[in-house]
Amino acid sequence: MAGPDYPGLDTLALHAGAQPDPATGARATPIYQTASFCFPDSDYAASLFNIERAGHVYSRLSNPTNAVLEERIAALEGGVGAIATASGQAALHLAIITLMGAGSHIVASAALYGGSHNLLAYTLPRFGIETTFVDPRDPQAFANAIQDNTRLVFGETLGNPSLDVLNIPAIAEVAHAAGLPLMVDSTTTTPYLIKPFELGADIIQHSATKFLSGHGIVIGGLLVDSGQFDWEASGKFPTLSEPYEGFHNLIFTEEFGPAAMIQRARKEGLRDFGACMAPTSAFHILQGIETLSVRMSRHVENTRTITSFLLEQEQVTRVGYPELEGHPDQALAKELLPNGCGAVFSFDLAGGREAGIAFVDALSVFSHLANIGDAKSLVIHPASTTHHRMDAAALAAGGIGEGTIRLSIGLEDPKDLIADLKQGLRAAGKAAGGSR
Amino acid sequence: MRIEVNGETAYCYTNSREIEADKPTVVFIHGSGMDHTVWTLASRHFARHGNNVVSVDLPGHGRSTGSPMVTVEEMAGWVIAVLDTLEISNAALVGHSLGSLIALECAASHSDRVRAIALVGTTSPMPVSDAILNAAEADDHAAFDMLTQWGFSKRHQFGGNRNSGIWMIGNTLRLYERSGPGVLFHDMRACNEYASGTDQASKVTCPALLILGAEDRLTPVRSTRALQEAIPSPVVEVLPGAGHTIMVEAPNAMLDALHKVL
Repeated sequence: MAGPDYPGLDTLALHAGAQPDPATGARATPIYQTASFCFPDSDYAASLFNIERAGHVYSRLSNPTNAVLEERIAALEGGVGAIATASGQAALHLAIITLMGAGSHIVASAALYGGSHNLLAYTLPRFGIETTFVDPRDPQAFANAIQDNTRLVFGETLGNPSLDVLNIPAIAEVAHAAGLPLMVDSTTTTPYLIKPFELGADIIQHSATKFLSGHGIVIGGLLVDSGQFDWEASGKFPTLSEPYEGFHNLIFTEEFGPAAMIQRARKEGLRDFGACMAPTSAFHILQGIETLSVRMSRHVENTRTITSFLLEQEQVTRVGYPELEGHPDQALAKELLPNGCGAVFSFDLAGGREAGIAFVDALSVFSHLANIGDAKSLVIHPASTTHHRMDAAALAAGGIGEGTIRLSIGLEDPKDLIADLKQGLRAAGKAAGGSR
Repeated sequence: MRIEVNGETAYCYTNSREIEADKPTVVFIHGSGMDHTVWTLASRHFARHGNNVVSVDLPGHGRSTGSPMVTVEEMAGWVIAVLDTLEISNAALVGHSLGSLIALECAASHSDRVRAIALVGTTSPMPVSDAILNAAEADDHAAFDMLTQWGFSKRHQFGGNRNSGIWMIGNTLRLYERSGPGVLFHDMRACNEYASGTDQASKVTCPALLILGAEDRLTPVRSTRALQEAIPSPVVEVLPGAGHTIMVEAPNAMLDALHKVL
């Protein structure tokens, strides 16, 4: 029997979390640029501090503009709640410190954004949290790496830099069999391309800096809780299922049920670590989300055009996009990402490092910078920038060649992008000693 | 806390406090397919204001063991048994939807144990559509979807939660999904078959408060006339903008209204 229809993705992208402003009738969500909120009387104040009433106290903990964004992403992902953070990195950190402490362990995909890898590989060990990195294409490798003290399984929907498609159903099964949640970074896919909770993931992290906001004007992150993981049954998460001295011995699973994780993250993580989002940033991200489907559809369409063009170029030795023949995850991509595999991919140029540098320097429509997910097309040559400290062997281990170029395809007319790429290819050819 | 009632474990949220004999008691009773967590804000509030709070999980719900009960009368008897076990002589009862019928039945049948009732998102009779009953009987997810959609006002289909960061629709759906097989069906059938509500309402002698959502689509305000006329001198609060899930949609206004009888 079919139940009533819920509002669709596009409708939620425009309306979820928002009501016309009760004070002014403003249709757009106002920017509540304030640090604090007045209490009508002392008892009301006490009731806010003691979680008896809904409302705002201080913008590090919650803010009306941020709240609209938080509800919107929770609605789009099909979760119970969300928290807006200062950056995507802050969202990852918030999830980890909510779920575990020193002596804990994470199993993560080896194909991660460099910032996430830095946090897990170098910084968190200093605080007693170790990570084992495994092949993202091998669910059994995740299973084999799980230890008694493992508290989280983590991967990206599309791995960096080779766009490994995370087999969310299979890895979720591995995680759940061990009493662990699966968290995925869905930054490059957004809810338009994949709904990780419907596939078995339990927590989602976004860098909203990228496609969600979509215009390269803001830094922000989002942490979303599905409410599907049973923290008590797992027995491995005392931060959620045992009394918390920092809040009058509150037991989050007892008082908040499905929303235990996201509530603890707010009551402790935002309060103590303070990596909150600025309300103006939330406003910018909300504007971006309003057009998410329209933009993502065009991003993917343009990407397909560009990858087709590159495939035909002699100087291009590889195009790494999961929809293409030869990508090891083509079948999985078809199953999990039928609307497309995003708009960020890499390709290899013949001619090595010099060719890569010449290619990037010759482009004029593509912007040379370290970001992805802008409405404008972006390019970077990892060997000379983000991964410049690595030698050829180290680069190869990370799936990066000296001639690898990463593109983030924007919304320009594809003919202009192709003309720009042709210019780059000519320069790369000259640098490599070719005749073009 | 967990206590034993009729040979089964009964879970009662008490804000981690022991029951104190010299304090007044407020008992919160959730609605169909739900559990005590729907009352977290309100129960924390009344605990801080000098009350024992006892927010129950009905049998077979949340953390309470046993099979779900079949009739409202049986559930009312269970609530009184909880009071007996906790040695509470009388209490104010706050109930939502099915819970409101249980509170009403307690007030009528055990008037010496009930000092006030607050019926939230209520009506009587409380007919349930065949579509919901059939889906619930089949443990079809569509039952959760129907109750989640129709349980909120149209405006709240898009959220607008004053409780930051919580997507009301998603959280309510997850609560339904956590209920065991058959639980929702037992609850909805009990609502549907409780035919003596208005007769019992006429026997209420304690202060009675009705908190209604102006945009309630499951128990619309217009359907409450018989109940309002049957209860002697009820206080009626209609909360603008709220649908049926008043604790979530209008938590602050509900709290203010509860103070009229508690």
